[in-house]
Order: sequence, then C-alpha cells, then structure tokens
Amino acid sequence: MDQLLLNSGFPILSVLIFLPMLGALALLFIKNEENCRRTALVFTAAVALLSLTLLSGFDSTTARFQFVEMKPWVQAFNINYTVGVDGISILLLLLTTLIMPFCVLVSWTYIKKRVRAFMICLLIMETAMIGVFAALDFVLFYVMWEAMLIPMYLLIGIWGGPRRIYASVKFFLYTLAGSVLLLVAIIWLYMQNGYSFFIPDMMWQNYSTTAQMFLFLAFFLAFAIKVPMFPFHTWLPAAHVEAPAAGSVILASLLLKMGAYGFLRFALPITPEATAVMIPWILWLSIIGIIYGGFTALAQSDMKKLIAYSSVGHMGFITLGIFTLNIDGIEGAVLQMINHGVTTGALFLCIGMIYERTHSRDIESATGIGKYMPVYITFFTFFSLAAFAFPGTNGFVGEFMIIAGAFKYSLSQGNFPWLALASIPGAVLAAAYMLRMLQRKIWGREHNPDNSWLKEHDLNTREIITLAPFLLFVLWVGLAPKPFLNIMHTSVSALIQNFATCQAKAVAIAGTVLN
Amino acid sequence: MDYSLILALLLPLGGTIGVLLNGNRPNVREAISSVTSLLLLVTVGGMVPSILHGKVLKLELFSLLPGVSVTLRADAMSMIFAFVASSLWTIAVFYSLGYMRSLKEHAQTRFNASFALAIFGAIGVAFSDNLFTMYLFYEIVSICTYPLVAHHQDEEGYNGARKYIVYLTGTAKLFLLPAIILIYVLTGSLDFASNCTTGIFPAGVNSTLVTMLYIFCLFGFAKNGIMPLHHWLPGAMVAPTPVSALLHAVAVVKVGVFCTTRTMLYVFGTDLMSLLNLGIPTAWFVSFTILAASIIALSKDNLKARLAYSTVSQLSYIILGVALLTTPGIQGGLIHIVNHAFAKITLFFCAGAIFVVTQKKLVSELDGLGRAMPFTFGAFFLASLTMIGVPPAAGFITKWDLLIGALDANQIGIILVLITSTILNAAYFLPVTYRAFFAKPANGVVYDSVKEAPLAMLVPIVIAAAVSIIIGIYPNFMLQFAKAVTG
Repeated sequence: MDQLLLNSGFPILSVLIFLPMLGALALLFIKNEENCRRTALVFTAAVALLSLTLLSGFDSTTARFQFVEMKPWVQAFNINYTVGVDGISILLLLLTTLIMPFCVLVSWTYIKKRVRAFMICLLIMETAMIGVFAALDFVLFYVMWEAMLIPMYLLIGIWGGPRRIYASVKFFLYTLAGSVLLLVAIIWLYMQNGYSFFIPDMMWQNYSTTAQMFLFLAFFLAFAIKVPMFPFHTWLPAAHVEAPAAGSVILASLLLKMGAYGFLRFALPITPEATAVMIPWILWLSIIGIIYGGFTALAQSDMKKLIAYSSVGHMGFITLGIFTLNIDGIEGAVLQMINHGVTTGALFLCIGMIYERTHSRDIESATGIGKYMPVYITFFTFFSLAAFAFPGTNGFVGEFMIIAGAFKYSLSQGNFPWLALASIPGAVLAAAYMLRMLQRKIWGREHNPDNSWLKEHDLNTREIITLAPFLLFVLWVGLAPKPFLNIMHTSVSALIQNFATCQAKAVAIAGTVLN
Repeated sequence: MDYSLILALLLPLGGTIGVLLNGNRPNVREAISSVTSLLLLVTVGGMVPSILHGKVLKLELFSLLPGVSVTLRADAMSMIFAFVASSLWTIAVFYSLGYMRSLKEHAQTRFNASFALAIFGAIGVAFSDNLFTMYLFYEIVSICTYPLVAHHQDEEGYNGARKYIVYLTGTAKLFLLPAIILIYVLTGSLDFASNCTTGIFPAGVNSTLVTMLYIFCLFGFAKNGIMPLHHWLPGAMVAPTPVSALLHAVAVVKVGVFCTTRTMLYVFGTDLMSLLNLGIPTAWFVSFTILAASIIALSKDNLKARLAYSTVSQLSYIILGVALLTTPGIQGGLIHIVNHAFAKITLFFCAGAIFVVTQKKLVSELDGLGRAMPFTFGAFFLASLTMIGVPPAAGFITKWDLLIGALDANQIGIILVLITSTILNAAYFLPVTYRAFFAKPANGVVYDSVKEAPLAMLVPIVIAAAVSIIIGIYPNFMLQFAKAVTG
C-alpha cells in the first residue's frame, strides 16, 4: 500500500462524487423550471469550486495516489469503495468539474422541455464521470463506467435532434459492446490478484505474455471505441450531431477522454509487454485516424459534424502521444486531452448558441454572421485557432509536444521520423477545415443569405460569461502551460519509468527461460 | 530588461484597438493610426544607439517549455527590418488615408485595424528571439492580412484571398511546423544563436535530417515568394493598392525573406551551411526565380501584376545574397531588404495614384500620362533605378555587394544571372516611364484635365522616392547594421 497517500479528515473525493448525486435527488422535489436550473447551477458550481481545493492539497512531487479513501463495500467479494487521484487523473477530474457548470449555463434557454429531468441527467452524469477518474477499485470503476451510459443515452435520446433515437441507440450499443470484454478482463485480473479488485495492485505484475495479449485486446476494444480510434468511431458523429449542446460538450470534452485515460491507467501499467508489441500498430492507426478525421471534417457542411470529425483527428493525436511512451508524447497527450476538452467544448457551445438563434447547424445558413455578431465571432475565431493549433493557443503546446514525442520515438530507435512527418498532413487539414468554416462564418461570399436580423442578437451577458473562462484557458495554456505540466510530470515520469523497468524484467525472465 | 521592445509591440496593437473603438469617427480613427505609426518609428529609432554600441536587447514574455518561449530581442539584423517596417508604415498610413477616401472605399475601420495588426505581426517577427516567437508572429501576419486581401469582398477578392491563405498557412503547417519541432527535438531549444556563423545544432548532428530541415524552412516561409510557391503573391494583388504597397512589397514578403534569412544565419549558421554545402545550391535555386519572375513580369501589361512579379524576382536577390555565405553577399542581401522596400513601395504608390486619378491599370494605357502627372512618374522613374541597380539609386549598393559576394564565392555563373536579371529589370521598368513621358496618348485621349493625385498621396510618394535615392547616396546608416550582422 505504499503507493497510496491516505486521506484523513475531509473526504473531498467522496464529496465531489456524491454532491452532484445529492443535487439530482434535490431536484426531484423542485417543480419550478427556473429553480431547477438554478439548483443545478448551484450544485455544479459548488462541485467546481470545491474541486479546486484539491490543487492546494495535491503533492506534485510524488507519483502516489492521493486523497485516498477506502471503505469496505461488498465484503463477500472483497470489493471496496476506493478512490484516489494521481497527477494524471486529477487534471481530468478538474476538467470534468469545471466544464459541468457551463453545460448547465448553455442549456439555460436551449432546453425547453423536461428541464428537471435534463438537469438530473446532467448531475448523474457528473457523479459517474468523477467516479471514473477517481476510482481505484475495478468494480467501482466499472460501475461508474457503465453508469455514464444511461444518462448520456437519455440526453441524446430525449433532447436530441431529429435522428436522436438512431444516434442514442448506436451510442449505447457501441460503448456497451466495448465494455463487455472489459468485464471479463476485470474478473480474470481479480482471480490472478488474490481476489482483489484493487487497481494499483494489478499494475506492473509481469503477467504471462499470452495473458497480457488477451487482456490488452479487451482493454483496447473498450477504450478504442470510447476514444474513439479509427475504425471504431462511427458512433461519434451521429451522437455528437444529435445531442443537445450540453450533451455534445460532455461527449467531446469528457467522455472521449475516458478511453485515453483507460489506456494510460490500465493498458500501459497492466499489460506493458503486450503494449510494447502493439505500439507500432496503434501509432499508425492513430495516424490513419488523424488523416481520416481531417479529410472527413473537410467535407462536412454541418458545423457539428465538422467538429465531431475533427475530434476523431484530435483524439488520433492524443493516442499517438500516449503510445510514443516518452515524456513529451505522454505529457503532450494528457495536456491535449485537457485542451481538446476545453476547445472543442467551447466550439460546441458556440455552435449551440448559433443553433438557438437560427435553428440550423448548416455552415451555409450562418454565412456572413461575423458582420452582425462581432462579439460572438471574436470568441469563435479564438477557439477555431486553438482547434488547429495556432501558436500561442493551448492546442499548439499539446500538438507540439506530441509531435516532438513522435520524432523522439523514431529517432530513439534509429529510424527516419516517418511517423511524426505522417501526422503533419493532419495538422494541415485541421487548419483547412477550421479556416474554411471560419471564412464562411465571418465573410461568406459575394452574396450571403440575409442574416442582418442577428444584429440585435449578439451574445448576451450569460453567454459571454459562459465563454470567457474558456478563452482565458486557451491563452493561459497557450502561453504558460508549466503549472499544468508540473502537476502531471511526476506521475507521467513514474509511468514511463515503471514501463521501462517492467520491459527489462520481462526481457530478463525470457532470458532465464531460454538459458 | 528593456521595455522599448514591448512598447514597440504594444503600439501597433494599441493602435488596432484604438481604431476599432473609433470606427464611427473617421478623423479620430485616422489620427490614431498616424500617431501610433509615428510613435513606433520613434521607439524603434530610440533603440538605434544602443544597438550600434553592440548591445542586444532582450525581453522574455512567456516561457512555455524549457527552450521554448516568447522572447523578444533587438539586434543589428532585427533593426534592419524593424526600421523598414515602422518607417514605411508611417508613410503608408498617410497614403492610404488619401487613397481610401478618394475612392470612398467601404469598411475603412476594418481595413485600418487589420493594417495595424499586420504591422504588429511584422514588428514581432523583426524582434523575435527564437523560432517559436517568429512562427507565432509569422502566422499572425498571415491571418491578419486576409481581410486586407479580401477587402473588396467580390468573387475576385475572395478567390485571391483564398489562394493567399491556403498557400501561406498551408506551407507554414506542412513544412515549418515539423521543422520547428524537429529542431527542438535535435537541439533542445528554439533560441537563435548569438551570431551568424555557429548556428544552434550540436556537432555531429545527422546531416540528412539537417538538410531536410533546411529545405523545409526554405519552403515553409512561403511569404519569401520563392518559386514554385509564389502564386499567392500575384493573386493577392486584388487588394487595394495601399495594401499591395505596404504588405506585398514590404511587410508580408519581407517577413518571409527576413524569416528565411534569419533562420539561415541564426539557426543553421554559415559554418554548417558551408559544411553541408547548402548555400550555393540555394543561390542557384533562387536564381531560377530571379530570372523566371522577371521574364513573366516582362509579359504583364497590368501594372500591378508587373510589379508583383518584379517583387518575386527581387525577393530572391535577398536570399541569393545570404546564400552566397560570403560577407559582402550577406551584407548585400540584407541591405536589399531596405533598398527594395523603399523603391517598391514608391512604385506601388504610383500605381495607386494613377488608378485613383485615371482608373487605369494597364501599362499600355499610360502613353503620354507622364506630362499630366510629372511627380508621380518622376518618382516611378527614380524607384525603377533602384530596381535596375543604377547608381546613385540604392539598388546599386545591393548589386555591387552581390557581385563582389559572388566573386568571393567564385561563382561566375551567379554573376551572369545578376547581369541578365539587370537587363530584364531595365526591359520591363524603363518602358513604363518612357511611354508615359514620350509616347503620344492614344487617339481621342486628352489629359488636359488630369491632375496629380491628392497631396495625402503625392507627398508620401515623393518622400519614399527621395529616400530610395538618399539611401543610395548615404548607404552607411543601414549598412552599419548589415555589417554588424556579419561581425
């Protein structure tokens, strides 16, 4: 248990996990819609503020899990309620808590029917997502992982666009299919580890290579669908497009991060040997995703679809970074997970704001609005620049580190850096599709549809308050990313160190067997 | 710590904001542009004494990663470009005031704001201390000049602007981004070297990779107009003439060549470039651009198109000079940043004045117009002399240095290129003034009522033309910076 720093005193993680749930319960007793919105906002904001206190207590000099709480849960199976965070999960947890209040804000007037139910779904979603990032017990993790499905299914299926049923069922089936094998893997690991579901105990164990390969495949299927990696991505555009604005934000900013987080938390530490074997394949699969996502995004005329496909490309960069398995690559990937969450979240918020006004997601119908909505277009421009990694924005720092990691990966093996160079067209495509959309929205053509009535409908104060923090973050990480990198640095270094040690051990074992 | 650097950046940025806030008060708006441009010139001028004493001003603004930061520096080489950009901005502000108001152009607030923002980017490039900072401002220039190129918002404007942005951001992403990252991976830092010889690469670095990086940098800064990535430049001529003048003769294209030469000298360094034999092949490569662009210019009847191709050709002089890797060559190349800027802005200003007064765009329509607009065509003639390289015009200094540089490098072929190009320059520039002054107007055309352009335009024209001669007669002020670069 030396990898844990037990929490004594205020059970901060549990409070963060269950406070939204409490909010959902409270909403059951509130009838008035306006009050429902306010209550949801109060609870999400309280969670956000409370989560910031994690930072003051967090020790970034150790890779151990911190704020750990441990309570027996189902003693017959040795299932415990164990939660804790390290330098990687704390960032994702904070991303979740900080994004949620904005999801409530953007739904303020967007959601008109069943407001209470909508807010309840959001809050349950928040509990599950925080749970996923904090869980250190595999059963707890799995419960939270699956618990995300239902509210998300409802968010898309009830408040979504015209093809919401198709999209929600597709989303549900895909993600469920992925997690079935995950359960098998969990049970196998449980039996191997002296009937314990404690995740840190399962790491770096040198399971046999065959076992690792099977485990890895189970992990891969679950997480690759969630990321989503090409070719498991087809649920994503459907779900993104049909979901209401807040749903798209949750999907893009948070749910997609679950898969990448899964790779970091489970695939790498539990199946290092299998990972090492699979690395080249996954790296090139990431490249395919980057290029494919870019081309498909370029062909879209629906703004939400465009951003959805761009996510496939961006997530390709993230998996690329993770599997370079060097410090630049992984730190860049984790940073890019946060960046993508913020930037894409903000873009979906922006598109939601336009949809609320014009009831269309089509780029053509929004041509030339820049002239009439200068405040809106200023925000939108900055987020678009961040999305294609314009220098000085957060996207650039992440992409820079990931590509640097890819260069180092090839050079360290004495190869020509094809891998990194192959990802570059993806960066070009990102500039192409974002600038294309930007050009249409700001300028359009010689003759644009008449959108002059939007002159009276530039962003209101609530919307500006919603977007301003995102903009601040874009520039903050873009110009001074060190605070974020410092938080994760020790944990990422330990991950890489352990991975290398484990590899060396495996080689040594193989050596003794041969002798 | 030196705050004049940050002041030099904040002035155009503040000017942009001031312009945007005063959109409905044209006189206040234009006053803000003029005052900030003058203040910028004074600020840059204020740095001259300390730079001449061999000081290097530095200011770190943001630190991103170890070895990657937003840092400003002013040294001899940055002064060359900063001086050009700030002094020509001042002149161009007055000219565009006259031009835009004479033609009653639309969206003048947006125009002025983008203009100031582009200068912000250009000054940022001039004062960059590392590749990241340079890339940042380079991209800012690309994005901020889009509205200027697309200004007319018609089919032609959008097409030109699309080509413009596709070429510039496309090449920057495709070539520069991987080059910058790989340089960081190989050296652990993006900071420029402190002199132009050593470069930043450690000894024993993989020469294939460095050669690849060099080629990436050469094409990545596509604003330098090297063929075959020059098409954006003629396309961007759909912009109003003040834009063509300042941005496509000075700010944008000079950002391109400045970045290219800065990278050649302060990232790769002359030592490594000679070691890997990168210099002379580059000189030959851009020689093609010099000659081919001149030949195309010869065939263009549209005056602005002719000037555009002349720019493509002249930009390559700068790169050629530096690529010779000899002291006179580098000096000649760098000094041509200044010489070409003043002359080319004069030529564009003249083209704009002709258009404002007569609505004429073609060289073949200008017969006899010179007698009605003697100052404009006189200025055009003086600026042509620089392009050709006739003493006492400034261009002569360039040609002289380049010829000596080529001799030092034992490149007789390059000398032939320079001579051929001089003949071509004369062939496409001299007929313009000749026809204007000595040919008879076409049948039925009478220029009795034609007068010179308004004073707001004419005065900048005369000043720019005069400067292009004065820096030929007294070249030392700028040459001392070029000499300080080569040490």
